[in-house]
Parts: sequence; structure tokens; C-alpha cells
Amino acid sequence: MTCGEIHGKLAPYVDSELSASELAEFESHLRGCATCAAEALELLQTKRAIRAAATRYVPSPEFRLRMEQSMRSRSKRRWFEMRFPGLALAAVAAVLLIASVTLLLNRTGRERELTEIADLHVTALASSNPVDVISTDKHTVKPWFAGKLPFSFNLPELQGSGFTLAGGRVAYFEHSSGAQLIFDLRKHQLSVFIFKEEPRELTFPEGTVTSTRLAFQMETWREGGLRYFIVSDAPASDVHALGELLRKAARS
Amino acid sequence: MADTQSDFGTFEELALPLFARLYNFAHWLTQDRSEAEDLVQETCMKALKGFGSFRQGTNFRAWIYRILKNTFLTSRAGLRAATVSLEDDEAAPVEPIASGTPESILISSSDQRTIQAALDELPVQYREVILLCDVEEMSYQEIAETLAIPIGTVMSRLSRGRKTMRELLSEASIRRACK
Repeated sequence: MTCGEIHGKLAPYVDSELSASELAEFESHLRGCATCAAEALELLQTKRAIRAAATRYVPSPEFRLRMEQSMRSRSKRRWFEMRFPGLALAAVAAVLLIASVTLLLNRTGRERELTEIADLHVTALASSNPVDVISTDKHTVKPWFAGKLPFSFNLPELQGSGFTLAGGRVAYFEHSSGAQLIFDLRKHQLSVFIFKEEPRELTFPEGTVTSTRLAFQMETWREGGLRYFIVSDAPASDVHALGELLRKAARS
Repeated sequence: MADTQSDFGTFEELALPLFARLYNFAHWLTQDRSEAEDLVQETCMKALKGFGSFRQGTNFRAWIYRILKNTFLTSRAGLRAATVSLEDDEAAPVEPIASGTPESILISSSDQRTIQAALDELPVQYREVILLCDVEEMSYQEIAETLAIPIGTVMSRLSRGRKTMRELLSEASIRRACK
């Protein structure tokens, strides 16, 4: 190869586009030609420098979270529809049936309320300040709520459970203030909401329910005049485990 | 179609690993954080909607980058960029580099900010092809698929884009030397 031919192959060389035979010829020329070798080196260095400098923009954690959640829920739904079009129809029918039963039982508000609770969870996590009191220490978090809420509650003992407390904030639901506690478990975050149970509020069934609506696991129960909700993308078993810890704390 | 979906994973499994890189590319195209977020979001929603028509065995990365590129073209930032026209892509040989010694360019390229400023100044048609080649490490064939242009055009844009980069970098090094 002449220097002129080499010049035409410089870019394919640094971009790894040369065939094995072309590469051998090219490299043998470089070994004997300092000018071409310097040019190839410079191109290669610039390519590397551009790669380093152009890997510059990182999505914000809030944006990443928002996208992951939206992809996860939509992707699951589409996958299901594509794989089981018949079942998807049956599922729609089942949902309609359940919806009408729900209407009959005068529980129309329930799904809306669960959605609202899920929204509170997502809003907090998407915020740049998800918690107003940042502490892993329950003896810091609990007193912080004193005077801010019309009730008090017990925080669970987390030692050895895998859960850690990230902090808390005051949340508003159905015109009343309550506590939102955020717990971490591995890569998951779990929100616990505690509100005072109003006597009129009979839309949620007694005991525990789990909803996978919006790709979140939810659990809700009442205990000692308070209504608890847990919302998370963590597996149902983890949500339930945190529920158990909270129920134990409430009774102690 | 329905049967093939399970063989190569869900949309989420294919798209999430590319998320940060798609965002970086979108930010370079739009040069604005919120426009980049809108672009990535719209791209993912379009891709998810069209995932049924994506064929197994074809290149998912080229496919989703192509959606991003096409979405960009119709966005505000894309329409702004389109007003900058290029010389004829297929026009013959790229002239030799006039200014700047390899040494001076090397010195400039060691400064990330200088390179970033030069990339910002490049016309978007050159910027995208350099990003796909140098950052995404796509082959010429993949770039051609992504941008829906012939391989020859990929090569000539790369060559012109790099030449412009070198000129910008050597100007920067001269400016610095004069200070």
C-alpha cells in the first residue's frame, strides 16, 4: 500500500472497519512509515478523547425512576396482551365484572383512593426531597411528627429485617394529614402511609388487601383507629413483611 | 408475531440497558435537559407501541435509535437544527487538513471541555454520526441503518465531521496559545 492508499483507510482503520487482510497490509505499512503511523495515532487518540468527553450527560434519578416505572407497567401490559389476546379479553371482561360488583357494593371510591395513594408514593420518590426528616433512627423520625399530626404511632424495630428507614414527611389524603415513611429494601423503596381512620370511611375492607394496580404492590389494614397503607414496587412478600413489622410495633 | 415475543425478552429488558446512552445521545442532539427528557420519553413510548412490528434477529439498538432520530427531526430542537444546511454529502474527496499539527490537536483533545465545546459547535448531522461511531461504537452499517442513509454518506459525513472537529480543536489550541 502507498501512503495515498493508507490515507484513504485511516478512518476505517480507527473505526475497526478493515477486513483482516486489509488490516494486515495497513499495519505492515505503518511499521515502516512514521508519518502515516503518527496520523493513525492522532486519529485514534482523538476518537478516544471524543468518546470520553461525549459520555457527558446522565439522566437525573427522578427521570430514570419515572421512565422505569412507566416502561415496566406498560411493557407488562403489552406483553400480556400480545401473548394472550384471548386472556386479555377475558381479563377485561373480568375487570368489568368486578367493576360492576364493586359498583353494586358502593365501593367506587376504593380504586380511586388506592390510585391516589400510589400517586403520593410516586410523587414523593420523584421529588428532589423525598423526605422532610432524613434519618434512619426511629427516635428522630417519630418525635419529628409530634405536633404535626392529630395522632401518634409506633415505628417498627428494623434490626436484622433488611429494611432501613430513609425518613418521613407529612402527606395529605382525603383532606386530612398523615405520616408518610419511606423505607429502603435492597434497590426498592417502600412508602408507608398512616392516617387517622374516619368513622365514615368504610370503603376499604377490614384486614389486608393486595393490589397490583399500576405495577405496585399495596397492602392496607386498620389498627388502633389508624389506617395503614404500604405501596412499593418490591415483591408482595416484602411488602407483607414490612406490614407484619408495623402491626407488631402498633400492638407493642 | 405473538410467539416470537417470549424468545427474546420484553421491551423493558431490551430498552432499559440502553436508557442512559439514549439519554446522552438525545441530550447531545437537543442540547437541553428537558427537551432531551421529552425526546427519550416519546421515543420509548413510540418504540413500545411499535414493538410488535420489531422483528426478532434485527438490530434493536439501531431500531430504537432510528425512532429517536426521527422523533428528534419533528421536535422543536430538530426543526431548529434542520435550518443549518450541509454541503452536498456525496461531494468528492475531503481536502487535507489545513491547520493544526497533530501535537497541538492532541493537547486540545486532552481537555474535555474543549472537545465538548467543539462538538456543540458541529452541525447536528456531523455530531450525530460522530457520536454514533465514537461513543456508541456502532459499525458503519449500523449507523447507516439508524440514520437511514447509505454507507457512503456515513463515511463522508464522518470524514467531514472529523475534519471540522480538528479545525475547531486546533483553533481552540491557537486561541489558548495566544492568551
